[in-house]
Amino acid sequence: MDATVNVEAREDAYSRPLDSIDVSVPELYQDDVYQPYFERLRREDPVHYCADSKFGPYWSVTRYKDIMKVAVNHQVFSSKWELGGVRLEDQVQGYERPSFIQMDEPDHGQRRMTVSPVVAPANLQRMEGMIRERTAHVLDALPRDRTFNWVQEVSIELTSRMLATLFDWPLEDRHRLMFWSDVTVCHVDTPDAPVHSEAERWTELQKMATAMKALWDERAKSNAPRFDLISMLAHSEATRNIDFRELLATCSLLIVGGNDTTRNSMSGGVWGLSQFSEQYQKLRQNPELVPSLVPEIIRWHTPVLHLRRTALADFELSGKTIKKGDKVAMWFVSGNRDDDAIVDPHDLIVDRPRAREHISFGFGVHRCVGNRLAELQLRVLWEEILKRELEIEVVDRPKYLRSNLIHGVRELPVQIH
Amino acid sequence: MPSVTYIEFNGSAHTVEVPVGTSLMRGAVENNIAGIDADCGGECACATCHVYVDAAWLDRTGLPEPGSQEETMLSFAAAAQPNSRLTCQIRMREELAGIVLRMPEGQH
Repeated sequence: MDATVNVEAREDAYSRPLDSIDVSVPELYQDDVYQPYFERLRREDPVHYCADSKFGPYWSVTRYKDIMKVAVNHQVFSSKWELGGVRLEDQVQGYERPSFIQMDEPDHGQRRMTVSPVVAPANLQRMEGMIRERTAHVLDALPRDRTFNWVQEVSIELTSRMLATLFDWPLEDRHRLMFWSDVTVCHVDTPDAPVHSEAERWTELQKMATAMKALWDERAKSNAPRFDLISMLAHSEATRNIDFRELLATCSLLIVGGNDTTRNSMSGGVWGLSQFSEQYQKLRQNPELVPSLVPEIIRWHTPVLHLRRTALADFELSGKTIKKGDKVAMWFVSGNRDDDAIVDPHDLIVDRPRAREHISFGFGVHRCVGNRLAELQLRVLWEEILKRELEIEVVDRPKYLRSNLIHGVRELPVQIH
Repeated sequence: MPSVTYIEFNGSAHTVEVPVGTSLMRGAVENNIAGIDADCGGECACATCHVYVDAAWLDRTGLPEPGSQEETMLSFAAAAQPNSRLTCQIRMREELAGIVLRMPEGQH
């Protein structure tokens, strides 16, 4: 990672003409060489225009404070799917997914408020015991002194169970939810992607939506609605009559939001602590630091690399004029490493002061709705790891997802001693 | 220096001094009072410094301006009530000396 950052990438980042820097290239994240490019942009061109990329022309906002300005200004910076949505990769015509993350007010707010109670404080308290029990079970079953993939055995195992609970989906079928999550976020031109075209992606998501619709219809009839996402959507005034396309889009959003980011933070944290071993020792000696470790992991890993907006009007930002209609990427992965906002930003510091002030959850009306559930799952995981005094040894570098959207860890080989 | 009483959801009360001009969010955070998360550091962008203003003080703090960012952010907070405010948007002044703020069950 930062200590051993690829020398060639650093040379390339600093030797090429500024206007040729294109941080949308998914391989930068797969190869884990993106940081020098952002470092240069933050210093020399913090609001950066890339005229030519695979995803068309776009602006990159790279500093913490500028990202905050874009994030809170939903009047100027739109999320609407009709304008292309929230990823640099535009929605493909005919395959648009109108979920509430890709809507502006008031449509976004009405729908968000339907699902937010499932992750509100009162409900989280009810879920903590179950999360702890599952975490204990998974940790106790791990092999000792033998290499295994932490991502598969821990991160996916725990977050897929959580996701099944949120949807009240059959636990034994949870791998299907994981598959649809991977289908939703992938770039279809990735050689080993789960689907290879937008049509194929749509077909898989239709299967998902058909399965969800069956649960929906059944739960809509119940007079005593259960406290799961499908029941909440089926009974809410704002969402009970949504069409099939919006149902597909909404479930697809909630599947990704409900597992993928936490999954990757569970893996990213283990990798991070292995890179800062003196911090890991400090944590093991001071397990009461877990509440500060959790936001620090979420900052340091930054599970969502960017989200995109479309300007509805001309806007001045740090000396540049963003024009109406322009695409704007908020690079959270860069804002979280901005040393104007965060002291020693490349270091993972288990007792960092004000660790909560990171940008991984976004800010403003679209701020991550499940952030407290994510934190709860990570807190319980680390409490249970420390309670067991597990010594986790990372035996090789992680393998990352080819994506400019999700900071995905696919493999993290570890041994437990 | 004027004082502020922050009451956690579990009933624990903390009375601390907050300098005039400092936000009531900073007053809590700098005194390590649990229950005010303040994730955005005072930008009115996260609604995690949410409190209920005691009725006796509401006419002095006022409510969020209609259409303001504070009002919008509060509309997404868990368990918002008519006396909800974001403490990052209230600066300490002499007339608020002794103000009582109650916290919600959690910041979300």
